[in-house]
Amino acid sequence: MSQRDNLIEYLLRLGDSALIQGQRLCEWCGRAPALEEELALMNVGLDLVGQARNWLDYAAELLADGRDADHLAFRRDERAYRNLLLVEQPNGDFAVTMTKQFLYDAWHFQVLEGLSRSGDERVAGIAAKALKEVTYHLRRSSEWVQRLGDGTEESHRRMQAAIPQLWRFTVELVNADELDQRLCTAGITPQPEQIASAWQAKVAEVFAAATLPMPEPASHFYLSGRRGLHSEHLGLLLAEMQFLQRAYPDATW
Amino acid sequence: MYAQLVETGVKRVKVLEEMSPEERAFQEKIDAEIKIEAKNWMPDAYRQTLIRQISQHAHSEIVGMLPEGNWVTRAPTLKRKLQLMAKIQDEAGHGLYLYSAMETLGADRDKEIAKLHSGRAKYSSIFNYPTLNWADMGAVGWLVDGAAIVNQVVLQRTSYGPYSRAMVRICKEESFHQRQGYEILLTMMRHGTQAQKDMVQDAIDRLWWPALMMFGPSDEHSPNSAQSMAWKIKRQSNDELRQRFIDQTVPQLELLGCTAPDPELKWNEQRGHYDFGAIDWSEFYEVLKGNGPCNAERIATRRDAIDNGTWVREAAVAHARKQQQKRDAA
Repeated sequence: MSQRDNLIEYLLRLGDSALIQGQRLCEWCGRAPALEEELALMNVGLDLVGQARNWLDYAAELLADGRDADHLAFRRDERAYRNLLLVEQPNGDFAVTMTKQFLYDAWHFQVLEGLSRSGDERVAGIAAKALKEVTYHLRRSSEWVQRLGDGTEESHRRMQAAIPQLWRFTVELVNADELDQRLCTAGITPQPEQIASAWQAKVAEVFAAATLPMPEPASHFYLSGRRGLHSEHLGLLLAEMQFLQRAYPDATW
Repeated sequence: MYAQLVETGVKRVKVLEEMSPEERAFQEKIDAEIKIEAKNWMPDAYRQTLIRQISQHAHSEIVGMLPEGNWVTRAPTLKRKLQLMAKIQDEAGHGLYLYSAMETLGADRDKEIAKLHSGRAKYSSIFNYPTLNWADMGAVGWLVDGAAIVNQVVLQRTSYGPYSRAMVRICKEESFHQRQGYEILLTMMRHGTQAQKDMVQDAIDRLWWPALMMFGPSDEHSPNSAQSMAWKIKRQSNDELRQRFIDQTVPQLELLGCTAPDPELKWNEQRGHYDFGAIDWSEFYEVLKGNGPCNAERIATRRDAIDNGTWVREAAVAHARKQQQKRDAA
């Protein structure tokens, strides 16, 4: 693959993860545990979908095959989606949602911080803007993990149930693949090992403050969102998200 | 979004001579257009009426998130999705402003929300109608937010200071939503396929009359209006506002190239207003009573949200207490 192809693939990973995480947050609309959370969940979702649009816009420009960001978002099938398995997992209860958000935010923050120093100016620019938003997301989700972990007996029990549901998918956050290595060597993306260790440290710190045991590192997993091998959840999510564009492909919205 | 049909609990408006010295001083202040503030004396019925109206208004913002939430996961482009998410977020924010304004009157947010969930408190009838196609997102922005704005612009001059200031902030955001809603419809009508144009007309056909009902019963059947007007909580009658809305909306309807589901709608040169057909008041009262198409679903969703979130709120309280204990011990 050429450098350009590598970058396109990487941009899809970033954009797809932000989009799918944003889509899951949309599902909370009207169902949050407090009014302040309605506002916050939609706010975080809005940031993420906005970031997805920026990444997909850039990917579409590099692709230069007539597809735009909307085409990439609404006309690709699940085998072409490159998001992390973690973000496509169902919302579950608030403990699952917040744990998922935290595990993603802690990773996302490190990635964006590294990307804000990318040798690719456009990547650095998008990342720098997104980093400001994700700094807030991480603060918020870290606080919720602590509130729930170190709250009542019930909230602690729910957090202890949420972590194993999600933990196996974190293997994708800490294990780099060849693409990550190549783009790192080219000076476009940060060192995967650094991201992995910083992520690990952040999770350990917040889990400790939340009185939650830190699991062993997740081991090999059969599926890989980065290669378009998703869990069964993504297909349904896309069926809902893409319905209008699929049903009315000639329409202008 | 706003409150329609608010009970004042007052059978007849008192004239100045019948009032106690306190009531009289209060009414003179109202008549002089001096805003009432939280610490000022006010008749109990004024306080209770405002609590009902502001809470109803707040509930409407929150329940009003649901018809749009129905399409936020299915919005057709990233731009439209972002717009809808921003709008829903604003609505949650408006709910918060309004509950805060209501709390300055000594009411409790949780208690008022419990009344909503048990069916004792109302919210705007419009949110009991389902959103059945994407054009509904445009029509809700244009017609529903449009009707709300006509009402809220007047409420910026309402006599209770905290409510009036909330309205000033809310109106700015609502106007933006209304333009975006209209732009959704205009895009579909100007650049869309026949299927999309049909969606727009279908949305208008379904939401036109419910939007007109947002102004509340006609003046002759609005027994609470006289007192609300005397207190300057309301500044204009339901029928005046409804007429203003129709007069400003029909040209926008024509610009879209759509029609209203009202064969009697036509310009009256003599009155300088549009004439329009009769509203189905039996439908209005049924919806308000809880028998509309989505009343049960809307309330169930909100009740479930709060009930299922109890453990989360308890955890937040317990955690805050633990943190406080740690600080005290240090």
